[in-house]
Amino acid sequence: MESNNAKPGLLCSPEASQSQRTLYPYVTGTSVVALKYKDGILMAADMGGSYGSTLRYKSVERMKPIGRHCLIGASGEISDFQEVLRYLDELTLNDNMCDDGNSLGPKEIHSYLTRVMYNRRNKFDPLWNSLVLGGVKNGQTYLGMVTMIGVNFEDNHVSTGFGNHLARPILRDEWHEDLSFEDGVKLLEKCMRVLLYRDRSAVNKLQIANITEEGVTISQPYSLRTFWGFSAFINPTPGAQ
Amino acid sequence: MSSIGTGRIVMGVEKLIASKMMLPGSNRRIHSVHRHSGMAVAGLAADGRQIVARTKSEATNYENVYGDQIPIKELAERVASYVHLCTLYWWLRPFGCGIILGGYDRDGPQLYMVEPSGVSYRYFGAAIGKGRQAAKTEIEKLKLSELTCRQGVIEVAKIIYGIHDEAKDKDFELEMSWVCDESNRQHQKVPDELLEEAKAAARAALEEMDAD
Repeated sequence: MESNNAKPGLLCSPEASQSQRTLYPYVTGTSVVALKYKDGILMAADMGGSYGSTLRYKSVERMKPIGRHCLIGASGEISDFQEVLRYLDELTLNDNMCDDGNSLGPKEIHSYLTRVMYNRRNKFDPLWNSLVLGGVKNGQTYLGMVTMIGVNFEDNHVSTGFGNHLARPILRDEWHEDLSFEDGVKLLEKCMRVLLYRDRSAVNKLQIANITEEGVTISQPYSLRTFWGFSAFINPTPGAQ
Repeated sequence: MSSIGTGRIVMGVEKLIASKMMLPGSNRRIHSVHRHSGMAVAGLAADGRQIVARTKSEATNYENVYGDQIPIKELAERVASYVHLCTLYWWLRPFGCGIILGGYDRDGPQLYMVEPSGVSYRYFGAAIGKGRQAAKTEIEKLKLSELTCRQGVIEVAKIIYGIHDEAKDKDFELEMSWVCDESNRQHQKVPDELLEEAKAAARAALEEMDAD
């Protein structure tokens, strides 16, 4: 997949000539960071859609509510995320139409997404996303992640993309059980600030989503305060010599 | 086995309980066909299930192709064609049930009725099934344009309770659904407390009539 897109017959897949696989992503979203707190899940993602190295779209909502109990966040190819949303829409529609008092919870949706991602990868036609799935159902909070090759796991805090490298260490040190809402938001903002400083495809316009037993709220977009008043920026010469 | 619908769509079904062993709430007669529409069936339940399945698939297919929810008029036409199809060939038998299709699209709430012949009309109030003549008369007495959603629910309950013949028929269960602004333009079962309120009002109205 990472090689050329020349003669499809040379690759292992038998129907490679008919399949239209995502060979490389075009419009991508960067990291999503999420953690469990006392009442549910907090998830943060910026609103950038990069077209290669250009920060082309700056109002892309990369977190969406699913049904009554879940919140999904995605990094990677935005069009593939829209396709995932379509799959989930069909799934929840059929579930709603049964109208039997049951509804799909986060565990079920995570399981479904894992199967979808893994099976697509096996056909050499992946959905180029890392999905974060969080939710609360019947008092139980759940937070999980699926990558484009089908790796999936459940944890107390997850992050995708650059967040894996930059946000995970912060979360490992500072996350603890029963975080309050304010502490959770502060921790997420700390991670997002580091990502903003160090990830070139991050934009300073983010949303924080909160899901509890009552429902989902996705905040209005806002910006983090950054600090650039370092002496090395003001007077770079001494450091350069 | 009557179904009734009015504008700001409210649908109600009188489900005759075949046996006391049946779980209340089972044997649904009103089905959601898509987010914005639902269908009430009167007649052979198995035939009804077939029509509902086909309608669901038509609605999903339209959304996959055109990217928007299927207009109710279009959905009714497709259902009617499908029902009509089964009257054209000697090796098919006509469907043994009529259906009332109610939904809310960008042109507002609409109600259509499809009969086994494949004929489909748009109505402001309709009834099918056993007590439909009496039900139709009752609906015509109502001022449909002036009723709100909640009042509609109570009126439909009253009508169904009114036409139910205590002597002849067995016990029945009332099943109701609505599509209106209050339900966020989604087709849903009428919420439990409103359903109880409607049943109580209907029983009270019956007693008033009996007292005369």
